[in-house]
Amino acid sequence: MSTPGLTHNKKEPMNCDFDALAANEHRWRARGADVVAVVAAGGILGAEARYLASRLWAEPPGRFPYTTFGVNLFGCFLIGVLLVIVSDMRTVTRLVRPFLATGVLGGFTTFSTYVVDSQRLISAGHPGVALVNIVGTMAGALVAVSIGALGTRRIIALRHNRHAR
Amino acid sequence: MNGLWVALGAALGAPMRYLIDKQVQAAWKTVFPWGTLAVNILASLVLGVVTGLVLAGSPDALFSGLGVGLCGALSTYSTFSYTALRLFEDGFRFYAAVNVAVSIMAALGAASLGLALAAYSTA
Repeated sequence: MSTPGLTHNKKEPMNCDFDALAANEHRWRARGADVVAVVAAGGILGAEARYLASRLWAEPPGRFPYTTFGVNLFGCFLIGVLLVIVSDMRTVTRLVRPFLATGVLGGFTTFSTYVVDSQRLISAGHPGVALVNIVGTMAGALVAVSIGALGTRRIIALRHNRHAR
Repeated sequence: MNGLWVALGAALGAPMRYLIDKQVQAAWKTVFPWGTLAVNILASLVLGVVTGLVLAGSPDALFSGLGVGLCGALSTYSTFSYTALRLFEDGFRFYAAVNVAVSIMAALGAASLGLALAAYSTA
């Protein structure tokens, strides 16, 4: 006797319509709903990691927001590494980039907390700290993404050269 | 409990960013990242309002869900910086500089507008 659901025999009517399921999945993918779903899942992971960091290294108000600064720079470094690796890979499934880049790293880094923190520092009478945060995060993020992307490209080029020899 | 609100907000914020970006880039077919600019400004406005409301006594759960979760996931620094790097490398150096300057100034304006709206509504 076969276990229902594990073997699919056309002659045996089953309560599970595989053709309808397949058609459903096809429609779902055609609309790009699977991409939206992995972006949401990745976004949850990234946001929870950022939330955890903000709990571990809580910032007193009126001081330089080190945690958000660190989270944003780390996320920018990682996206540089990731997007170079993904574009170098010959076979990469269509969900990897939306999940990791748009979802996880997009959810991990934040622009809104960066500007609202800066705005509140200005209102609280710390315009200097706000300016250091505004310019420092921007410059640091651009350096971090450049180190991530250029460093990874260099490593990949070295490996290709070694294989070519 | 607050962690659950963060997850709920992020589950909405990240797909919103993806869909808004897709729509905006499809409508304005340029290399300039209008989509990322739009979500960062929108999230900064909303976070300004949420922060103002929580400072005036609204529950922390509101900040976890809408602030940390929704606005945090709706806005992004990683895509912003990566796009700036790629624009610069591809020779669009002016666009890269304008994108960085406009993103920061417009988002700061949106955040202060949001904080002011919250202060006005709770006064």
